Amino acid sequence: MKRQGIAEALREAIAEEMQRDARVFCIGEDIGVPGGWGGAFTVTLGLEKLFPDRIINTPIAELGFFGVATGAAMMGMRPIADVQYGDFLFLASDQIINNAAKLRYMSGGQIKVPLVMRAPVGATGRGSQHAQNMERTFTGVPGLKVVAPSNAYDAKGLLKAAVRDDNPVMIFEHKLLYGSKGARAEPGAVDATSEIPDADYVVPLDRAAVRREGGRATILAWLLMAHFAMQAAQRLAEEGIEAEVIDVRSLAPLDWATLGASAAKTGRVLIVEEGPRTGGVGAEIAAGLVERLPGLRIARLASPDIPVPFTPELENAYRPDATRIAAAVRRLLAGEPGACR
Amino acid sequence: MTRHDDSEFALGLLERMIRIREFEEGVRFLFLEGSMPGTIHQCQGQEATAVGVCAALRPDDFITATFRGHGQALAKGLSEQQLLDELFGATTGCCKGKGGSMHVGDMSKGMVPGIAIVGGGIPLAAGMALAFRMQKSSQVVACFFGDGAVAEGAFHEGLNMAAIWRLPVVFACENNLYGASTRIDLVMRNPRISDRAAAYGFAGETVDGNDVLAVHAAAQRAVAKCRAGEGPVLLELLTYRRTGHSRRDPCAYQPAAERKEWAACDPIERLAARLKERGAIDEAGIAAMRARIVQQFEAAVARAKAAPRPTPQDLEADVFAPAVAP
Repeated sequence: MKRQGIAEALREAIAEEMQRDARVFCIGEDIGVPGGWGGAFTVTLGLEKLFPDRIINTPIAELGFFGVATGAAMMGMRPIADVQYGDFLFLASDQIINNAAKLRYMSGGQIKVPLVMRAPVGATGRGSQHAQNMERTFTGVPGLKVVAPSNAYDAKGLLKAAVRDDNPVMIFEHKLLYGSKGARAEPGAVDATSEIPDADYVVPLDRAAVRREGGRATILAWLLMAHFAMQAAQRLAEEGIEAEVIDVRSLAPLDWATLGASAAKTGRVLIVEEGPRTGGVGAEIAAGLVERLPGLRIARLASPDIPVPFTPELENAYRPDATRIAAAVRRLLAGEPGACR
Repeated sequence: MTRHDDSEFALGLLERMIRIREFEEGVRFLFLEGSMPGTIHQCQGQEATAVGVCAALRPDDFITATFRGHGQALAKGLSEQQLLDELFGATTGCCKGKGGSMHVGDMSKGMVPGIAIVGGGIPLAAGMALAFRMQKSSQVVACFFGDGAVAEGAFHEGLNMAAIWRLPVVFACENNLYGASTRIDLVMRNPRISDRAAAYGFAGETVDGNDVLAVHAAAQRAVAKCRAGEGPVLLELLTYRRTGHSRRDPCAYQPAAERKEWAACDPIERLAARLKERGAIDEAGIAAMRARIVQQFEAAVARAKAAPRPTPQDLEADVFAPAVAP
């Protein structure tokens, strides 16, 4: 056992998978540069020393290298492609959505695309174009699996499961949760370290995790919001309100069994999402839950339908926080109608 | 290097080009009579590009193609039957009826299902070549695309990455002068597409794409360079599309004089003339070859029309590869 942050745990997971399987390689921007950063958030730092031929640094060409990664995956390699910021996935979307996700189906099952994609998301003082939560854009894409780890244990286990899966898997990582060190440390970072076992393990790609049990209401959240939901639940507990907190973690497919069991138990669900409300993952979760459990009371707490602002006052107002999550649970329990933020 | 005075080899090229032409003409008829579903993008007049390039490849080399891929498929060794079954949407089609005309392919024969997003196959081909490099394989990829793809970002990004990593890709641009209805001079200041290669630091060549022997010779040189680790290579194959862009396009934007000029250098007639001159075949021999091909096509159509149809149970199959024990 050792205590690690997400960046370290991912680095170790990648190294172990590359050691285990010679078909695994990394491809992305600003990786494998001696004296460089190891990707935007240090995840691949130093791996080029261990695997000089399998850390492939690319030109600034997201469409191109996601296509390259897809082509290599089709031919039997197991690439891990990463973007520096999730926002850049829009550049790569044609290759991800039209090729990586569809080639198996449109070939009648001839092709496998064992491709892992990693993308940092979240508002972190970088204005509108290095900040979006991209989960909503990729959860509805047939042929893709999407996960979003909130702690180091999950990050390592999900990455390993993704590498070993024969399908394209998108992993969203949150910039405030990496625990990146040195010059790449993030102001306002949240502790997402975990005790990491020495033995090999995987975390299934299709399971949510119950983080805190409670009977009055269910809070569904992922990434940074899972941490804020836990803080809110702690405050609510001090008021005598026991809320269950579920880290949704697997966004495609959604773990309806775990989400539904909690919703059935509490009858009241708050879905918390960093990112605009309209068309968010929360909308899909809400619809899926009421289809399964008519009569459920559901509310969403999300960011407003605006681009991510820069100035700290507005960025803090943009993103849901523990105070607003707790308030939203109180409103839900009081039977106050309407979406809330 | 294959000797082009080898008549048997050249007759094989002729036979493949006629097979593609008759396939396309037959499929056109099936569409017009209304028995075939979907849409089609045909390649009558461009047969020499597919046949010439694919003849320079090994069976285990790969190609990527576009929405206009029937010719490449036949040239790379897919059977008429598996193509017709796919076009009719039968479960016995090369993609079980889930791909259709724009996505024909068979990985076991070295053809990725057609990538119907313009330029979308270019980075993919570079990645396939990267895999071959990492696997220490001598396989190469021939990546077919049209003149329209040259304006896409994927062209720039894919060619640049193939260049910096010296990947074994033959970029085979079929320049048929039109991207859908738009003539290249409206969208390119420099219409000499092979010039682009120099910008990335590798070799480019413009070839008479209606001369199958010239295409084959250029492709052989390009493939040899790629196998020697001196890739990639860009081949610009000048050719002309005799049909509309897709099934309902009357092609009114192609000037009559231009059509006439290109019709006079039909790739099949040109090779046939050379072979007749050489005494390798005569008019009766060509007619017999064509009749045999048409007969085989008609028999394949009859089987395709009776081929098994998918059921709703097939709808959700093949989205994901099966889970493997981690």
